[in-house]
Parts: sequence; C-alpha cells; structure tokens
Amino acid sequence: MTDYFSGPGPEGRFKAYLAEGKFMIQRSASTGEHVFYPRTINPGTGEADLEWVEASGDGTVYATTVTRQRPEKGGDYNIALVDLAEGPRMMARVEGIAPDQVAIGMKVKAKIGESGGEPAVIFEPASANGEG
Amino acid sequence: MTHPVRGKAACVGLATAGVGEAPGRNAMEIMVEAVHKALDDAQIPLSQVDGLFAATAFHSMASMSLAEHLGIQPKFSDGSNIGGSSFMAHALMAAMALDYGLIDVAVIAYGSNQKTAGGFKSISEPMPYEAKYGPRNPLTAYALAAGRYMHEFGATREHLAHVAVSARQWANLNPEAVMRGDLSVEDVLAARMISDPLGKLDCCLVTDGAAAIVMTRADRAKDGPKTPVYLLGSAMEHHHRMISAMPSLTTTAAAKSGPRAFEMAGYGAKDMDTAQLYDAFTINTILFLEDLGFCAKGEGKDFVTGGRIAPGGELPVNTNGGGLSCVHPGMYGLFVMIEAIRQIRWSAGDDEGAREEGGWIPDTRLCVAHGNGGVLSSQVTTVWGHGDTL
Repeated sequence: MTDYFSGPGPEGRFKAYLAEGKFMIQRSASTGEHVFYPRTINPGTGEADLEWVEASGDGTVYATTVTRQRPEKGGDYNIALVDLAEGPRMMARVEGIAPDQVAIGMKVKAKIGESGGEPAVIFEPASANGEG
Repeated sequence: MTHPVRGKAACVGLATAGVGEAPGRNAMEIMVEAVHKALDDAQIPLSQVDGLFAATAFHSMASMSLAEHLGIQPKFSDGSNIGGSSFMAHALMAAMALDYGLIDVAVIAYGSNQKTAGGFKSISEPMPYEAKYGPRNPLTAYALAAGRYMHEFGATREHLAHVAVSARQWANLNPEAVMRGDLSVEDVLAARMISDPLGKLDCCLVTDGAAAIVMTRADRAKDGPKTPVYLLGSAMEHHHRMISAMPSLTTTAAAKSGPRAFEMAGYGAKDMDTAQLYDAFTINTILFLEDLGFCAKGEGKDFVTGGRIAPGGELPVNTNGGGLSCVHPGMYGLFVMIEAIRQIRWSAGDDEGAREEGGWIPDTRLCVAHGNGGVLSSQVTTVWGHGDTL
C-alpha cells in the first residue's frame, strides 16, 4: 500500500487518465461527494481520502458564452460551465453545435477531445436536438 | 456593542495622478506622484509615513518597490493582492495597524500605465483546468455570470445597458472622467459584441491611472486641513478564484461582506447617501446592488432602470462615472473609495474641484465603497462616514 501522498499528484493523474482517453473525477470516501477539479485533499473537510472514479460524462449547461473572434483568427468559439451529473461544475467547450446555439439547461455528453494542444474534456449535445 | 475597529481611523488625504493617459511615465512614477499629492492634501510630511500598503499588476512586491522609490522605511508593510478589492482590504488592515499603535500614518497606493504601455495588464497565472478552453479572463467570467443572471431572472441586455448609460451620465458631470459624451441604451446594444451577452460598452475602460490615500488614527485626524472621513465598517470574503468554482454565478461574496461591514458601521444600505460599486462590467453593479441589500435578489435588473441610479435618481451610484466611464487602470478599487470619500468631503465644504450641476451630492455623510477582485471572486465592503456619523 503506497502512501496517499506518494507518486504523481492529482493534476498529473488527471492528465494521465485523459491521455488514456478516460475522464476521471474524484470522490471522497468519507462524504461520498464527487470533486472536480482534482484536489489533494477533500475540499472543505480536509480528509485525505479522495478516490478516482470514472465520470458518467453526463452534464447540463449551467452558463455559456460565445467568445467573439475574427474569422482569420479561428472564428467564434463557445465556453461553457457544465454541471456534471455527479455534482461538480467545470469549464469546458460544447462542440457539434454552433457556439451561439449552446443554451443554459442543455443536456450534454462528454468526450475526450483536444483543446489548447492537449487532450481535453469536450462536451456535445446529448441528442441531436440538445434535449437529450 | 460597537465594534472595536469602527471609526478608529480616517482618511485625511487623497489624490489621483495620470488618470486617462500618462505617456512617458511608468506605473511607479505616477503612483509616487499620487502619494506625493495625497500627502500634500493631508499636509503630512513623507518622513512621517510608517505604514505602506500597495498592490499593482506591475510589481510583484509593490509595497517594497514603492517604499524604496519613496525612500522610506515602513514599520508595517502590506502588498496583499486580492485583485481590485485589495485596497479596501488594505484600508481595513491600515485601520487595525493604526488602532493597535503599530503605525501612525498609513499610505495606500496604486499605479498603472497599462493604457500607454500596450493594453490590459495582468500578472494572473493561467487558471488550471480552465486555460485550455481559451477563456479571456476576466471578460469571459463576467460574460458567463451575466448570461446566467439573464437566464435566472429574465433580465435582458437592455437592463445591463442602463448601467452603462447611468455611469456615462455621471461621467458627463465630471470633468475628470475619461469617457464623456452622449450614450443611449441603443448605443450600448449596438456596440460590438465581445463575449455574449457583453458588448464593448458593457466593459470597463482600459486607462492609465494612479491613486493614493493617507490614513491616521481618529485622535489626530482632525489636525489636518481636510475633513477627515472615517472608516466606519469594513469586511471581506471570497468564495473562489476561478469562475468555474464560484458556487452561484448570481450571488457574490458581497452578500456576506456587505452585511458584516454594515453591522460594524452601525448603518445599513438604506442609510447610504451614495453607493460606489466596483463596476468592471455592467453586470457588477446589478449584482452588488442586490448583494449589498439595496434591493432583493433578482430585482437589480429593474432597480437600475428609469434613471434610479443616474444623476437625479433616488440612489446616486458610481458618481464619478465608474470604471465604465471615468477611469479603470486595471485594479480600480482605490478610485472607488476615493469617490466615496470625496463626496463626503465636498458636502462638508472641502474644495474637491468643479463638477457640473448635480455631480456633487449635497448632504452626503455616509457612503459605501465596495470592491471586487478577480472574477467576481474577492469582495471587500467599506463604509465611510463624516465625523457626525461616528
């Protein structure tokens, strides 16, 4: 049994999972609550008992914006805050739909895509009409 | 029971420098100019300054760099940086250090030449778990909050636009304001979209500017030439650093800092003669009016319409023109406090310079100056009052 604090830290582990194509989040053994972004100890209570679990990938758009950008620089793109079904909220991008068609309350599903030159959690509408 | 810090320290001098553009002068130079002028305003020699507070986006250890440039050796020094609200926090710490007798004269200072040095300046690190998605902070964060607010409370871009229009109307009464001229709701709506739902005129100015205030203990505050303005209450709180970690995008930590500051002051929102609220974006003013108790949650959108916060309205808000139309050199908090203090000084008969009719608010005795830092992150509320309010 290795020590809780030995080996790669939470950020390193999260990125390694992403590189393997897995979207992993944490869960506190004592509270049962899920945690994102990856923490070292359970936020708020301080227990050193965070375990890695695979995220369902199900989420709901909590807030969204279109970052306006000239076409020659890549054009407009979406940035959203997504509430995961497990509870935590994260920043991400919703793709597969025009940036200005992403709406608060829309059901979305995670995939491992790419952003900023590295693997990233990207969301797509859960169904074709986004009502999924 | 009266809080032990209430009214124990006062602002006895203030100044700004390089407001708008300060070509050829660096951030430190205009900050020192503001300190010099604030000390002159207080008629206190530099050699008596033994407490120094500063934060900028140009200096990693601003209070040390400033002290060295000034050639002083502070006994108490603080460069805490919690964004644009840092200076409200500095005022609270200065009051405590003064009250405990650690220092006798505190100077709080800020300086930025971001406009002439090439644009918005930040020393923020990229936010982990956010940066890869390309947010343009702080803008993206405030756009997300504005959109969420509109969704929850049925607000529209027109509601937001009323904040910008009211700020401009105040700026039009203030010769010191950088952005003046007619502005309509239609103009705000027609401005180039930056990050939905925020257009260019929903965003603060990018200017140069420096500011400084001088604080002493209440026992010697009356010795100077200017009307002392007392720090009656102050409280801070923050709930997140990244917008993705903000518990609710429509309720800020001001809902916590505000009531505690008012409790310390012994006054409430209803007692304030003006409200100076850190308006980096139009959504800020609405959220802070609600969180500080000027109206209920969700009512801010209507509160800002009908000229209620404009000149002649029932609550004067951001009477210098705010960060939207007066000045916004990156971290604006010190200017927010200075406007609160100047309104009280002008009412007491001090010479604060000329403004158009209605730009100075008669009979102002109590003002709230609320600071915001980061991405709606750090909230620090200060309540300032004339000696009659002690």
